[in-house]
Amino acid sequence: MGILSHVGRFVLLMSRVFRRPEKFKVYAQQFWKEVDAIGLNSLGIVAIVSIFMGAVTTIQTAYNMESPWIPLYAVGLAVRDSMILEFSPTIICIILAGKVGSNIASEIGTMRVYEQIDALEIMGVNSSAFLILPKILAAVLIIPFLVIISMFLGIGGGWIFGVMSGVVTTYKFVYGITYWFIPFYVTYALIKTVVFAFLLTSIPAYFGYYTQGGAVEVGASGTKAVVYSTILILLCNLIITQMLLA
Amino acid sequence: MIRIADINKSFGEKHVLKGITATFEAGKTNLIIGQSGSGKTVLTKCIVGLHSVDSGQIHYGDKDFIVMDFKEKKQLRQEIGMLFQGGALFDSLTVEENVLFPLSMFSDQSMSEKRDRANFCLNRVKLDNANKLFPAEISGGMKKRVAIARAMAMNPKYLFCDEPNSGLDPQTSIVIDNLIKEITDEYNMTTVVITHDMNSVMEIGDNIIFIYKGEKWWEGSNEDILKTENKEINDFVYASKYMRRLKAAK
Ligand SMILES: Nc1ncnc2c1ncn2[C@@H]1O[C@H](COP(=O)(O)OP(=O)(O)OP(=O)(O)O)[C@@H](O)[C@H]1O
Ligand SMILES: [Mg+2]
Repeated sequence: MGILSHVGRFVLLMSRVFRRPEKFKVYAQQFWKEVDAIGLNSLGIVAIVSIFMGAVTTIQTAYNMESPWIPLYAVGLAVRDSMILEFSPTIICIILAGKVGSNIASEIGTMRVYEQIDALEIMGVNSSAFLILPKILAAVLIIPFLVIISMFLGIGGGWIFGVMSGVVTTYKFVYGITYWFIPFYVTYALIKTVVFAFLLTSIPAYFGYYTQGGAVEVGASGTKAVVYSTILILLCNLIITQMLLA
Repeated sequence: MIRIADINKSFGEKHVLKGITATFEAGKTNLIIGQSGSGKTVLTKCIVGLHSVDSGQIHYGDKDFIVMDFKEKKQLRQEIGMLFQGGALFDSLTVEENVLFPLSMFSDQSMSEKRDRANFCLNRVKLDNANKLFPAEISGGMKKRVAIARAMAMNPKYLFCDEPNSGLDPQTSIVIDNLIKEITDEYNMTTVVITHDMNSVMEIGDNIIFIYKGEKWWEGSNEDILKTENKEINDFVYASKYMRRLKAAK
């Protein structure tokens, strides 16, 4: 299948996803389940990744700046901006594309090959909306919070490890992270995050929904889901950055 | 009543259904029989719209199914109950939740009424102590029965069962057959049952359609099927030595 027919089928699927639910209560229950599965269940990995990214960025920047002309507080500034602009929104979303994306694709793919999607359809349930809408909404709502948490943890991790390894002092670091703070960077990061959250749920859902065959194909859908959502996240990152920051 | 006319369906080069015409009356158990791979499952999936047909007509009552849009089909499907060959239970839900699912989606009853209905259905398929188990924790035959309970939960006007008693012991099998027959009579349902089981054919077959290599080869009642001279159907019905001996003894 060519890329254009994938795009066409994706758009058609999305047009069926964003429809009025048959019953709000049932969808709401699904939604909270997804908030739990996508959001709360990812807190651990987000925290670990963020703290380590912040710590490593701090130490690396400090070593690269051993020039007398660059003030030491620039370390804090660099960590802050790289976490807010890139590491938290983009890297975290790519990691979530791996974790959440493969999960969504194989869950929906399994439902497809074991006729559970057919069973939903036969009951008169809009299977695409029922299975996909709660996931997209949950991701779009909860992942920005994960990213904000990641920003704090990343900067915090940088501070703690920076001070512990002696490359920077608390005073300089804190001065750095408050120096010339541009609030729009956070807005920009959150806009990106919302787009990425949509991509990393809708694309795996698409591959899962159109799985055909058996266990092998379900596995293949999971792989495709991760690869394509990662590529599209990177591509959209470029486009959004060009649009908002350039 | 469901009427289908001249249904054709191919998968790529493979012509699976070849011009099938049939009428399934309300209040009767209509059986579809035929060899494995003859196209029975594909036929029922075409009738309910899970496969699109290449050509032909499908009418539910006087409503033309082929021209219905997404919304109209959704509406109609709330009146359809279907048992899939593999059960198709939702494996993240317990047995009880599976049966409750269509009720919570479409009925405005209170939770306790829905529970009662679900338990009533589970009771009729003789599953009383499995409510809290997950599909992975029950046997194949139990899954089948849960799926039947789920299919009948909404009191459908049209009921499709793909091999309701494969994987069941003879006794439970008869219970299920009788259940299908009873609810068909009771609610004047239009029931279509795919089966391999000659026992069911003889017990509940009001109207039997024999599919042979994608064609409708024969049609008649369970009385007729024993008398017909049609070779393919005799090969099917009298496949076992036991049935042949029975025939010789007649
Ligand atoms: N999705 C599909 N894609 C391609 N071919 C299919 C598909 N589904 C069914 N077929 C083919 O259609 C034919 C009829 O299949 P079907 O499942 O209807 O058989 P059946 O009569 O239900 O058999 P059984 O009694 O074993 O369930 C088979 O040859 C099968 O290979
Ligand atoms: Mg079959």
